[in-house]
Amino acid sequence: MDRRPDTTGRPGAARDSDAARGPGTGRGPGSGRRAAGRGAADPRRRALRRRRLLGALFALPALLLLGALVAYPVVFSVLRSLFDATGDRFVGADNYTEMVRDPATLKALRNSAVWVVVAPVLLTGLGLVLAVLTERVRWATAFKLVLFLPMAVSFLAAGIVFRLAYEQDPDRGVLNAVVVGVHDAFAEPSPYPTARAREGKGLTGTPAGGYATGEVRPGSAVALPFVGVAPGAVPGDAERARVPESAPGALSGTVYLDFTPGAGGRPGAVDAREKGLPGMTVEAVRDGRAVAETRTAADGSFRLDGLAEGSYRLRVPAGNFAAGYGGVDWLGPSLVTPAVIGAYLWVWTGFSMVLIGAGLAALPRDVLEAARVDGANERQIFRRITVPLLAPVLTVVFVTLVINVMKVFDLVYVIAPGPVQEEANVLATRMWLVSFGGGNDQGLGSALSVLLLLLVVPAMVFNIRRFRKGGSR
Amino acid sequence: MRRPSLTTLRAAGALSATLALALTATACGDGGGGAKSGGELAGTTVTVAGVWTGSEQKNFKKVLDAFSAKTGAKTVFVPSGDNVSTFVGSKIEGGNAPDVVLVPQVGVLAQFAKAGWLKPLSEKAATTAGGNLAPVWKNYGTVGGTFYGLYFKAAHKSTVWYAPDALEQAGVTEPKSWDELLAAGRTLADSGRPAFAVAGEDGWTLTDWFENVYLSQAGPEKYDLLARHELKWTDPSVVTALTTLAEVFEDERLVAGGAAEALRTDFPGSVEKVFGPEPKAGMVYEGDFVGGVAKDEYGKKPGEDAKFFPFPAVGGGKAPVVSGGDAAVVLKDAENAEAGMRFLEFLATPEAAEVWAGAGGFLSPNKDVRPEAYADDTARATAASLVAAGDSVRFDMSDQAPAAFGGTKGAGEWKLLQDFLRDPSDPRRTAAALEAAAAKAYGN
Repeated sequence: MDRRPDTTGRPGAARDSDAARGPGTGRGPGSGRRAAGRGAADPRRRALRRRRLLGALFALPALLLLGALVAYPVVFSVLRSLFDATGDRFVGADNYTEMVRDPATLKALRNSAVWVVVAPVLLTGLGLVLAVLTERVRWATAFKLVLFLPMAVSFLAAGIVFRLAYEQDPDRGVLNAVVVGVHDAFAEPSPYPTARAREGKGLTGTPAGGYATGEVRPGSAVALPFVGVAPGAVPGDAERARVPESAPGALSGTVYLDFTPGAGGRPGAVDAREKGLPGMTVEAVRDGRAVAETRTAADGSFRLDGLAEGSYRLRVPAGNFAAGYGGVDWLGPSLVTPAVIGAYLWVWTGFSMVLIGAGLAALPRDVLEAARVDGANERQIFRRITVPLLAPVLTVVFVTLVINVMKVFDLVYVIAPGPVQEEANVLATRMWLVSFGGGNDQGLGSALSVLLLLLVVPAMVFNIRRFRKGGSR
Repeated sequence: MRRPSLTTLRAAGALSATLALALTATACGDGGGGAKSGGELAGTTVTVAGVWTGSEQKNFKKVLDAFSAKTGAKTVFVPSGDNVSTFVGSKIEGGNAPDVVLVPQVGVLAQFAKAGWLKPLSEKAATTAGGNLAPVWKNYGTVGGTFYGLYFKAAHKSTVWYAPDALEQAGVTEPKSWDELLAAGRTLADSGRPAFAVAGEDGWTLTDWFENVYLSQAGPEKYDLLARHELKWTDPSVVTALTTLAEVFEDERLVAGGAAEALRTDFPGSVEKVFGPEPKAGMVYEGDFVGGVAKDEYGKKPGEDAKFFPFPAVGGGKAPVVSGGDAAVVLKDAENAEAGMRFLEFLATPEAAEVWAGAGGFLSPNKDVRPEAYADDTARATAASLVAAGDSVRFDMSDQAPAAFGGTKGAGEWKLLQDFLRDPSDPRRTAAALEAAAAKAYGN
C-alpha cells in the first residue's frame, strides 16, 4: 500500500526530473537536491527514477488485485457493520453493542478463546513430541506418512467421520462403544434398568435412590409392586407372582410386575397373570442400617429370616434399577467444544509434526553429540537443547495455528448437532449463521467479521515480523 | 423451513442429509413428458420447478405426463434444491425463469408476490380452486387481495402414529383427549414401553408439537395472530400451551429415554424407535409422512402395523389440524406463462390430484378428490380428516415465520424449544426468550 503515492504522484515526479535536467555533471541524488532549480542532467538519477517507475508499473497489477480482493472487502465490511440488517439505515456502533449483549455471540467469543488457547498449544506440543519420537523409530517415514494422511482429508469429510465416531449410541459411535465396553467389563449391569415402583402402593423413592416401604414388623408378608418392565425384559424363568405365607421372626413378601399384559390389571394387587421379578435384591433396614439381604426367587418371593423383634423397613436398593451405562455424552452441551477440538487435532497433528520434524532435521548435530558426550540424558537433551534450538520453528507453527484456529468453521458446523449448535459456535460459524444462515443480518455479521479481523491482526503482524527477521538474518 | 423430503429421510442418518443436499443441487432437470402430436398446446414447453426429489419427483412427473397427454404440451421438471427463493431469484435475474414454481412456504409465496414476480391466477383457475378448496387454502394463496398460489399438495401434521401391538400390550385404546393421551402414555410406560419417541434433535418436530397444542388450546384466531406476531409470545395463552407441553416433556415415562435422549434423536430416528426392529417407544407424533417412512424403511403396512389417531383436543378446544403444503404459482417473466396458467388450471381439477393420489405419498386439500383415488386407507383417512377440518386448518406456524425464527437449525424457535425440552421447568422464561427472538426476526 505504501507504494501508492509513488504511482499517483507520477506527474510531479516528471516535472521534478525536467527541472533537474540542466547544468551539472554526475553527482549523487543528494547533491542534485542541493542544486535544485538549476538541476543537472543526471543519468544516474534518471535511471533510478525510471527504475522506480518500472517497479511501480510491475507492482500495479498486484496492487489492484490486492485492493479489489482484500482492501475493498475489508473497508466494505467495516462500513457495512455500521448499518442495520437491511443495509439502509445507519446505526453507528449499535451492531457492536449488540454483539456484546447477545448471549449467543458471547458464547461464540468464549468458545473461540478456548479454541485459540487450547488447540495450538496441544498441537504444537503433540507435534513436537511426535517429531522427536519419529526421528528415532525405524519406519519413521511410514509413520510420518500415516500421521500426515488426515491432512489430505477435507474438514467436511473429517467432520462427518467424527460426527459418527462421537455418536452416543454405543452401537453407532465407536468412541462410546469403547467406553461402554471398558465400563461393562468392570461393572455388572443391573437386572431391571427400566423398572419403577407403582406409585402410591406402599413404596416410596426413586429408581436412582432406591425404594423403601413403611415400617413393617417380622411376621408379616408384603407385596412390592413394580412396573415399567417390558414383557421381553422379564427373565425367562420368571413364574407367576405369589405372596409367601408369613412366618414368625421373618419378613417375607414378593417383588412382582404389577402389570397384566393387554389389560393393565388392578394397581397394587397381585393379579392372576402377573409375574414375579426374580433376582431383585431386597434388604431389611433397621435404624438406617441394612441388617439382612436376600434375592428374590423365580416367583418374586423373598424371605428374610432371623430378625429380632422391632420395626424394620424393606428396601429395594437402586442397584436393581441402575440404567445401563450409556457412555459419554460427547456431543452434549458441555463436551461438544472439546470434542470438536479433538477432531481438529486429528487433522492437524501431521502438519505440526512434519514442520517441526523439518526443523529438527536442520538442528546442528554436533551440539546434540557434544551434549551426549558430556553425559546428558535424553530428557535433558530434549529440554535443554532440542526445544530451545527449535524455538523459532515452534513459534512459527504456533502462530500459524492460532491464525488457522480463528477461522475454523466446517468442523464445528458439521459435528455439532442442532440442539447444541449454539454451545459449539465459534466466531466464524456465528458470523456465517448471523449473516446467511437464517438471520440474514449482514450488519451484525459484518461487525463480527471485523472483530475476527482485529483478533487475527496481532498474530499476523507477529508472523510477518518474524518472516522479516528471518529474511534479514 | 420445509420438512426434509421423504427421499432425504429415507437416506436417513443425520449426515447423509448434507450429502443429499449437495446431490440435489447438482442434479439437473430432465424431461417430464414427451409431447403428443396434436393437442391445443402442441409445440409449447412448460417448465415446472419444485423442491421434490426421489419418489415425490417421480410421482409428480406422472401428473406432468397427464397434462401432456391432455394438451400436447411438452413438460420439463427442474429441481430447485431446498432454497426455492434463491433458485427462482437467480433464474429470473438470468432471464431463464421457469413457467411454474411449486412453493413450499407461505412466507416465500408472500415474498415472491411482493417482489412482483407472480402472475395472478386466471379466472378459470381461481374459480375451479374456489369451488373445491376450503377458503383457508385460498387465503394462504392470496397476497394483498390477489389470488396467486394454488395449493396442490398438502401435509397433515396433526397425526399421532403408534405401533398397534404396543397399545394392545398395554391394554389402551386410541385416546380422544389430551388427558386421555397422557393417561394412555403412562399406562404404556407401565407396560414397559415408554410413550413417545420425541425427535428433539430436529427443532421442527418440537415446533409442530407446540403448534398443535396451541391451535387446539388457544383457538385459530389467536394462532393467526401469533403467526403474524401481532400477539406477543409472552401472552398467557403461550405460557399455558408451554405448560401443557411440559406435562409431556418433563415426564420420563412419556418421553422415551428422557429429554437427554430425545435431544439426540432426529426425525428418522424417532420413527425407528417406534417402528424399527428394536422398538423403544409406543407412539411418535409427526405428520402423515411418518407412515411413508415406516413403510419404506421398516416394511410396516400403514393401517395395519403402523396406525395413527388424530392429535387430540387439548382442554376444551377443538382437535387441531395443522398443515403444510406446496402452492403452484406462475411467474410473470416466464416464457410460456400462458401455458403455465393452463397447467395450473389443470392442477386445480381433482383429476390432476387423483393421478398422484393413486401413486401414494400425497394428500390433496381439494375436497372433490374421490376417496377411492387414494392408494391406501391411511391416506384416505388423513385426507378425509384434512378436508373435513375445512376452515379450521392452519398452516404450520413456523413455516409462516421468518426463517431466522421458525426455520434455522440451532437458532430461534427451534433452539428455544430444544432448551425447553431439556429443562421444561420455567415456561414463562421460555415464552420471554421466544418473544425476544421473534421480535428480532419479525422486526415488529
